[in-house]
Amino acid sequence: MDMKANKKKLGLKEKYAHMTRGLGWETTYQPMDKVFPQATFEGIKIHDWEKWEDPFRLTMDAYWKYQAEKERKLYAVLDAFAQNNGHLGITDARYLNAVKLFLTGISPLEYVAHRGFAAAGRNFPGVGPRVACLMQSIDEIRHAQTQIHALSNYNKFYEGFHAGATHQIERVWYLSVPKSFFDDAFSAGPFEWMIAIGFSFEYVLTNLLFVPFMSGAAYNGDMATVTFGFSAQSDEARHMTLGLECIKFMLEQDPDNLPIVQKWIDKWAWRGIRVLTLVGMMMDYMLPKRVMSWKEAWEIYFEQNGGALFNDLAKYGIKVPECITQCTVDKEHISHQAWATFYQYAHASAFHTWLPNDEEMDWLSAKYPNTFDKYYRPRFTQWREMADRGERFYNNTLPMLCQVCQIPMVFTEPDDPTKICYRESEYQGEKYHTCSDGCQRIFDDEPEKYIQAWLPVHQIFQGNCWPEGTDPTVEGFDPLLKVLEWYHLENGKDNMDYEGSGDQANFAAWRGMATQNT
Amino acid sequence: MSTVFIAFQTNEETRPIIESILEDNPHAVLDEQPAMVKINAEGSLVIRRASIEERIGRDFDLQELQVNLITLSGNLDEDDDQLTLAWKN
Amino acid sequence: MQIDLRTVAIKPLRQTFDHLVERFGDKPASRYQEGSYNIQQESIFHYRPAWDADRVLFDKKRTQIRMKDWYALKDPRQFYYGAYTIARARQQEAAESSFDMIEERGLAELLPVELKQLALDILLPMRHVAWGGNMGNAYISAYGYGTVITQPCLYHAMDHLGVAQYLTRIGLVLDGPEALATAKEAWMSGPDWQPMRRHVENLLVLEDWFEIFVAQNLVLEGLLNPMLYDHLDADFSAKGGTAISMMTRFMAEWSTETAKWIDAQIKAAAAESPENRDVLSAWVRQYRAATLEALAPIAGRAFGEHADETLAELRAEFNNRCNKLGLSV
Repeated sequence: MDMKANKKKLGLKEKYAHMTRGLGWETTYQPMDKVFPQATFEGIKIHDWEKWEDPFRLTMDAYWKYQAEKERKLYAVLDAFAQNNGHLGITDARYLNAVKLFLTGISPLEYVAHRGFAAAGRNFPGVGPRVACLMQSIDEIRHAQTQIHALSNYNKFYEGFHAGATHQIERVWYLSVPKSFFDDAFSAGPFEWMIAIGFSFEYVLTNLLFVPFMSGAAYNGDMATVTFGFSAQSDEARHMTLGLECIKFMLEQDPDNLPIVQKWIDKWAWRGIRVLTLVGMMMDYMLPKRVMSWKEAWEIYFEQNGGALFNDLAKYGIKVPECITQCTVDKEHISHQAWATFYQYAHASAFHTWLPNDEEMDWLSAKYPNTFDKYYRPRFTQWREMADRGERFYNNTLPMLCQVCQIPMVFTEPDDPTKICYRESEYQGEKYHTCSDGCQRIFDDEPEKYIQAWLPVHQIFQGNCWPEGTDPTVEGFDPLLKVLEWYHLENGKDNMDYEGSGDQANFAAWRGMATQNT
Repeated sequence: MSTVFIAFQTNEETRPIIESILEDNPHAVLDEQPAMVKINAEGSLVIRRASIEERIGRDFDLQELQVNLITLSGNLDEDDDQLTLAWKN
Repeated sequence: MQIDLRTVAIKPLRQTFDHLVERFGDKPASRYQEGSYNIQQESIFHYRPAWDADRVLFDKKRTQIRMKDWYALKDPRQFYYGAYTIARARQQEAAESSFDMIEERGLAELLPVELKQLALDILLPMRHVAWGGNMGNAYISAYGYGTVITQPCLYHAMDHLGVAQYLTRIGLVLDGPEALATAKEAWMSGPDWQPMRRHVENLLVLEDWFEIFVAQNLVLEGLLNPMLYDHLDADFSAKGGTAISMMTRFMAEWSTETAKWIDAQIKAAAAESPENRDVLSAWVRQYRAATLEALAPIAGRAFGEHADETLAELRAEFNNRCNKLGLSV
């Protein structure tokens, strides 16, 4: 019998091909375009799905095995953290405001990524990419859940977490920035989704999001966040290779795909970089112990690493996104402009703000020698003087938002950091405002999409942001307080200055209990 | 030439992996960060199963790397014996 | 200075998140609850989907089924990602040791030839049926409403991939890669398999996600899994094919476990309203007929002269199950 000879051990690639590719078939009782109705409407041409190169080759049994190992480790750390009052080991409760921003702004995106990749994992006619997308989909729900589980313990002791991971992202003004990014991607077709999330977000930008956040957590003693962060990152490595493979595959399949892919890269690089403003602000202003400046992170993870990537893609005719010229200017400004905005609107934000102290301002001067002392230190110094006089500055006019990225119009002209940048487009007789050339270009390319944006400030003015049954005609009606109630933002507890907050007082008292015998 | 990199969590399991990588890739540069070890290399980086097995004294499946992996950059190619990261330009 | 943080007893300000307090009261919530309830966004969306411009991203109107609270469809297994993967990792470890033992001791070569052939003929084309199950459940996970049901459907989709891969391994152990090609040929053009392939393809074009849930998870799996992993498995065991049973143990356990979850969904949806119950019952009747028709030639190959009797038994068990869930079938 030659049975034995048959049984030569299959190599990883060969075995994986049997375990995945071999499962699919060309349907004949139902037409393929009915089984895969989203495969062609975006104009991407794919001739041979078999040419897809699988990035990582994990069969389900291996997936269960390794992922379960990660989960056991992760939850052991989280349990120990909760049992040992690990929250008292962080540098300062002020740090947690960065984590609040993460829970309300990033965790819900993980969830949407889960749903979007489930859709991609159903919609591509090729088996290889479908399996990879489904694995990413299940990883993404892991990330949403492990983040909620890790931060649940902080919610028990600190303000600003209680609304959870989802309530606020649908409502709060600054959270419409990350939300609209993912809504935009998910409401597009599967190929654009892959460029938006799989490539731009996961490959180009994820290192800028996670590595600084997690190193920041490590520097500030937040073992819960470090643990879920690094554990999630181990999945990200798979996601990054999927994003890269996907873009190469699209470019190799048909030369007609190049202009479409290039347009998406340009769009999603800019969309993503705008969202990362929040990360820049977190790195430069919100960490009691800082890791590196936003500018430094940008240079390492975008300019160097992204440079290598775009060199690699050049052979397909892909060009570095145009917006990079502006980003090179912006990297010295955006974090300061963003933090200044949150400081002015601290009464409407679900986390605390503060002014940088002298030591922090000196650090910022050193990291931003071209801009900080010249443009931002004077403003922060003035606000500090006002606060010292008991006239803490709050901005009570609602800002205009960019129709595309939805960030308030606070960014400045690339060639004049003293002048706010506005762009105006007209569509069907109406005027629409954007914050930059990048956002204007995106608007002008698909105005019918971006006019649909649910802009939080417009919605507040229209009276759509109060709890059900609110009567705005009653005497003494305070619209802002009602908006905060609708946000699940407890006025006086979750918002305003860290100085004098409940978090600050509690942390000091609890740490005192741990270090003294009284 | 462009830089590729791979980063792992710092722990007992990754120590022999990192040693193997550094020995197999003399051009690689170690960058130690809080809770994370990053290895940068010009052009390409190879991780060999045999080198890791030599250090840990048992069979090793390269897919086990995933448990402690944090991030990487470059085009990835993986088979039973080695994992390669490279920029092809 | 080393601080002994453990010695501090602090009274928490609250036990869990607002939405869980509203639902269950201010008490510590389970990881399942924290990771599942209300984590899908509900009503405010920025842009209409290019692929479904009449609806919003997460929309209750993608099915005929109506629920006042979609979170009534909870998973009795309380699977969140960690609980799910850890459960499956344990099962895969057991499966792995079975495959190892069979391969190391050459147990496949000791199988009676006709049993081995039967396993190849029946189980291998089922890889493609499982793959159809993956696609249906991925669809629900993408377009369904409410994480308590969309989440386990993704786990179910991944399980189908796992099952398809175990079936593939059975082919590799019993024969080799050629067996996979032969089975694919049978699936594509073998007369016994065409009714099943037609049925599976018909399910791939359904748009109502709850209808897919019923057609695929309740009806197709409710008839097929017991046929393969109870009845046929009993035949294998009885005739000296224990090695085959060892290789399908994962599927047998999985099918029992997931049936309980599926039952809980149907029961809750049927109990919600007479309208739901009528829609669900009609779907069951429609897809039961189609499934039985698709199974008939396969049962013929599997059970020979006992095929009709086996199918009648499966049908009776299935009807009994549906009646207990409050359906009239």
